[in-house]
Amino acid sequence: MPDASIQLLSCLPRLRRYARALMGSKMEADDLVQVTVERGWSRLASWRRGSDMRVWLFSIMHNLHVDQLRPPSVSTEVLDGDTPMPQVNASQANRLEIRDMESALQQLSAEQREVVLLVALEEMTYDEVAASLGVPLGTVMSRLSHGREKLRALMEGGALASPLKVIK
Amino acid sequence: MNTLPVTEADLHAYVDGLLPPSRRVDIEAYLAAHPKESGRVNAFRAQNAALHAQFDHVLDEPLPNRLRGSTGLQRRDWWQRIVAGLLIAVISGSGGWLLHTLPVADVPLTQNVAADNAADQRSISLAHEAAIAHVVYSPDVRHPVEIGADQEEQLVAWLTKRMGSDVHPPKLGKLGYELIGGRLLPGQRGPVAQFMYHDLAGQRLTLYVSTEQTHNKDNSFRFAQEGPVNVFYWIDGKFGYALSAGTDKGELARIATAVYEQVEHQRS
Repeated sequence: MPDASIQLLSCLPRLRRYARALMGSKMEADDLVQVTVERGWSRLASWRRGSDMRVWLFSIMHNLHVDQLRPPSVSTEVLDGDTPMPQVNASQANRLEIRDMESALQQLSAEQREVVLLVALEEMTYDEVAASLGVPLGTVMSRLSHGREKLRALMEGGALASPLKVIK
Repeated sequence: MNTLPVTEADLHAYVDGLLPPSRRVDIEAYLAAHPKESGRVNAFRAQNAALHAQFDHVLDEPLPNRLRGSTGLQRRDWWQRIVAGLLIAVISGSGGWLLHTLPVADVPLTQNVAADNAADQRSISLAHEAAIAHVVYSPDVRHPVEIGADQEEQLVAWLTKRMGSDVHPPKLGKLGYELIGGRLLPGQRGPVAQFMYHDLAGQRLTLYVSTEQTHNKDNSFRFAQEGPVNVFYWIDGKFGYALSAGTDKGELARIATAVYEQVEHQRS
């Protein structure tokens, strides 16, 4: 009974989570998820039964994302009254930390961000990341290492910018 | 000691829990002797945790409204389009199955679609929508329901308020099915409720309850098959019930009878 359609549907929440972190904007993230699912659905016949549906869908999303990055087009956003409210369950301190993390993430290159998110958030193995992005394993490891180092520097740099500097 | 030298890749695999236990021990020994590397590893772990803390809530979100606006479709239709397309894509390859309900009760399929029988049409769409809701939500491991069975009172109060009628999940423990919880879904003209159950083997069962039927006195059971999902459904006044599962027809009929008796009892 676990057929392709059910497998695809069960991947949707994860696709949305990854897209949100990748794009930094909820609207762009959902655009990306929607085209990904539509493309996945229309090409379901080409999905090899027994292969990893998640890797297949993430590779579709990656290719669409790369296509989006290519032309320097003007992006348009539909503004309406449906814009959802942000989550407000974090404490003040958490919120600050979260904002740091979010802005730090957006300062990585798209290639680094993809790898860091697939590993850290999506918890793929490095081989799965390589398959999803269509790059060699060595490239994955190099992007992961650089991406994580850059995040660390950004987060620590943020702490130094606070008024309470540690002076040795 | 003749351990392999520790590489940058090892440190990342350690952070991500991708090393075999024997190698983990090597890395831990290395980190104990190299505080700077240990600090990096801790920072990378904190990054993983921070990313989950920030983005995991997306897994719980319903499909946002803006998608409806951009596609010009209702949210349910968007899902429905995907699910219907998927089911056709999957099943047409293996035998030409069509996305139609197959009522066994009293009316052949072709006559069911006749326009002069609007009530029949509506009950067929009840089964169809219930099956789609079953396919969408029952495979979800982490978030199958909005409110869990541990808050059953709250669930009942909320659904009753939103549906404008008393809505209780039937108790199916004697049949081996335990309530997981429930959720509210958009129906054709208002909210509908979905209760989810599972048995010991993890097999899931959903009961879809709508209050938008137009006073159909015919409350005989009907059976429909939507791809892998079997559905028993019936109309009782304004209430429409549809019980969906991947189990066989006989088992589902037994459960449907129990559900029917309980809701009748609740209402009388």
